[in-house]
Amino acid sequence: MDDNENDGRAGLVGLGLALGGVALGAFLKTRGGATGGWADDAPGFTARRSFGKYDVVGRTVTIRKPRAELFAFWRDFSNLAGIMENLERVETKGSNGRSVWTIKAPAGRTVEVETEIVREIEGELIAWRSVQGSDIDTEGRVTFTDAPGERGTRVSLIIAYRPPAGEVGRAVAKLFLREPETQARHDLKRFKMLMETGEIATSAHNRDQTRAAKQQENA
Amino acid sequence: MRALTWHGTHDVRVDTVPDPEIINPRDAIIKITSTAICGSDLHLYDGVIPGLQPGDVLGHEFMGEVVETGARSTLQKGQRVVVPFTISCGGCFHCKVEQYSACENSNPAEKQDMSATLYGQPMAGLFGYSHLTGGYSGGQAEYARVPFSDVGPIVVPDHLDDDKVLFLSDILPTGWMAAENADIQPDDTVAVWGCGPVGLFAIQSALAMGAAKVIAIDHYPHRLELARKLGAEIVNFRTSDVRDALMEMSGGIGVDAVIDAVGMEAHGFAVDNMMDIVKQKVGIGADRASALKQAILAVRFGGKVSIPGVYGGMTDKFPLGALMEKGVQLRTGQTHVQKYTKKLLDMIEEGKLDTTFLISHRLPLEDAPRGYKNFHDEQDSWTKVILKPGMETTQ
Repeated sequence: MDDNENDGRAGLVGLGLALGGVALGAFLKTRGGATGGWADDAPGFTARRSFGKYDVVGRTVTIRKPRAELFAFWRDFSNLAGIMENLERVETKGSNGRSVWTIKAPAGRTVEVETEIVREIEGELIAWRSVQGSDIDTEGRVTFTDAPGERGTRVSLIIAYRPPAGEVGRAVAKLFLREPETQARHDLKRFKMLMETGEIATSAHNRDQTRAAKQQENA
Repeated sequence: MRALTWHGTHDVRVDTVPDPEIINPRDAIIKITSTAICGSDLHLYDGVIPGLQPGDVLGHEFMGEVVETGARSTLQKGQRVVVPFTISCGGCFHCKVEQYSACENSNPAEKQDMSATLYGQPMAGLFGYSHLTGGYSGGQAEYARVPFSDVGPIVVPDHLDDDKVLFLSDILPTGWMAAENADIQPDDTVAVWGCGPVGLFAIQSALAMGAAKVIAIDHYPHRLELARKLGAEIVNFRTSDVRDALMEMSGGIGVDAVIDAVGMEAHGFAVDNMMDIVKQKVGIGADRASALKQAILAVRFGGKVSIPGVYGGMTDKFPLGALMEKGVQLRTGQTHVQKYTKKLLDMIEEGKLDTTFLISHRLPLEDAPRGYKNFHDEQDSWTKVILKPGMETTQ
């Protein structure tokens, strides 16, 4: 986490407070502010504290592949639909780093979130946030650092979001925000599986069970 | 296809279930020719392992013929293979350091949470066991889907029949790793609790590794006799005081290495074991660990403790003080099967290892429930049951 915390372009998960006015840079780096002046080396998102209106989930996995390869996969957001269970597709919009994420919702509906990339360091970091007026107010950031020796790359994903209001909000919350920590954990595990083994493990016995399991998870 | 399915404590049935299919590119489908009932299947049968669901297909010791392959499988149709009970991807950190049973990628993401909560990190995928280990359909069936078929299955030559190689799937490497974990030195006296299949193979392995003396502890006369035939000295815990016997047989020092090949359903008459049985029955679930407790008291200061026996939860009244004060080394874990299969297959081919002495019964798959009942109730004479899906009549 050695990027510049004062870079004014980035938002919630990068540093500042573009959304909601809550300074959440702290959970990236230290918990000093929350614990009365001392800071330890634990990732900020593991702190025993709340982040105001935002919920924050974070998770790290180690993947036995080079940083550049993992970064390239993630940078093409359309790849993420293959590992994120509730994500139907991601389409790029124009050339300014904007993407439209289509998320599955109950009863065959979908919800769209438009994001922009707020920070990018080749091979190291991608940070994004939803643009004004999105159904979900969210920011995300993924970092790639070398693991010791031959162990590959440590990939850390942090997502901050504000639980949405209204009918659409409730529908989205039921899915996208249902146990977000569990989902982030599963999504990262699937990313690791795909990168390390070329496939995503399933204990399904046949193809019918695969489809049934997916539907159950999306219900 | 027909398959042995679990429905509850002491309730297993042969049912018709859907055939398996290739799902991922590295999968293969195996037509099963031989599959064994394992001592750890009895833990499932007794209902003391969490995470089983009615209808689950059991079985994790199996072999057969490759009948279908995914695009990235390295197997070929018609090959005979033995399938390790541990499912391992070959590409993660743990696989690369040959800790195959800790594979990070074989347990599906959505199945990892329970074991991660129980044990700190998730378990790997295992065939036919628990949904803690993925809920993969097992091999006590006519066919099985084998993921990562380019990593696990070992191709066996046609001149070695099933009985000679089937145990490469689990109990032979498990016995071997148990002895390896006991770090056996040439002058060592080694005590092995439990003369079931893993205990007997651990005895065989310890002697092959050069142990000076191996002492086998059990109470079933026939099993003790098998241990003696392998070259072990025997102690019957019903007729001898094990602690006194081991002190005397190790010249007053304590045994150099102990192997607990019993696990969580230990027999015994000590008060603490009786309490543990009651707790297990009423579902407040302590693992019965009387063999392990005895082993820790029997091992010498600075000695070695190896635990191949299966445990799932917690235990109490554990001699932690003895463990620490004696400065023992303790090694355990599910077997890293793929690390040992090649070496052990070579030893079988060279005639250095013969494991067929263990097999007491061969049954058609349809008779599997009877096999479970007898393996469970008649442990002295039913030492190992092999199920043959293609077999018509009981031998």
